[in-house]
Amino acid sequence: MLPVPLSYYLVLAGILFTLGVFGVIIARNVIVTLMSVELMLNAANLLLVVFARVHGDLGGQVMVFFVLTVAAAEAAVGLSILVAIFRRKGSIDVDRLNILKG
Amino acid sequence: MDQFIFWVAAIVAVIAAVRVIFLKNAIVSVLHLIVVLVALAVLFLQLSAEFVAALQVIIYAGAIMVLFLFIVMMLNLRKDEFGSDRLPGIGVLGTLAAGALLGEMVILFSGEQSVAVPSPEGFGGVRSVGRALFGGYLFPFELTSLLLLAAVLAAVVLARRRSGAGTTAQTHGGREA
Repeated sequence: MLPVPLSYYLVLAGILFTLGVFGVIIARNVIVTLMSVELMLNAANLLLVVFARVHGDLGGQVMVFFVLTVAAAEAAVGLSILVAIFRRKGSIDVDRLNILKG
Repeated sequence: MDQFIFWVAAIVAVIAAVRVIFLKNAIVSVLHLIVVLVALAVLFLQLSAEFVAALQVIIYAGAIMVLFLFIVMMLNLRKDEFGSDRLPGIGVLGTLAAGALLGEMVILFSGEQSVAVPSPEGFGGVRSVGRALFGGYLFPFELTSLLLLAAVLAAVVLARRRSGAGTTAQTHGGREA
């Protein structure tokens, strides 16, 4: 049996996902934006694990593994873009990145 | 006791997540995100996902977050480089949008009933997850190697130091000589 009702987990994941969305909207620098994306991925991970447990199907836990891989790739590419931007512009303020030509 | 662990982990995760977003210091933000990840790992343990919980701590908190921390320290941002104030009203709009999303999800989710089946012996351990991963999910698992290769190549190409076309030519000349 689950330790608490299923809806508690769903609401917790909803809160974490919403905080991630909120962070992406209001973040002042790109690092916090990337971390908010990680928050959203983790909310999805929590739901995958919860429903793997509810249905007794390990597919959900395997999906968490894939999400982890995607998160690692996203962090690596995102942070190297960040380093490239910082080298060129000397700032990581998303509002100052307003031209297409690097 | 189970409920107590859930509430502690959930409250810690939410408070740390809020602080990730609102703290000014990026290093402290990264450390708070690690707290969120560990709190979620506790919840995973409770849901008989031992292997995923271990992955969460070792790979997520141990590797990905250290990468974040490394980049934050390498950039060595001063206070004024964290960016100017955003467009006026973006905070209000963001709060409204995120609040509406949260309300929708709470309304959708709060009617759910707990219908968990009793978990079989060894559910979520290394053996059973490994069998699933290399059994039915073998092809997607192999595809992740392509994804990681692409990410490694992208990171190396993007982070390569080059200050202009002249330097690139010099580097090439140097390599030939």
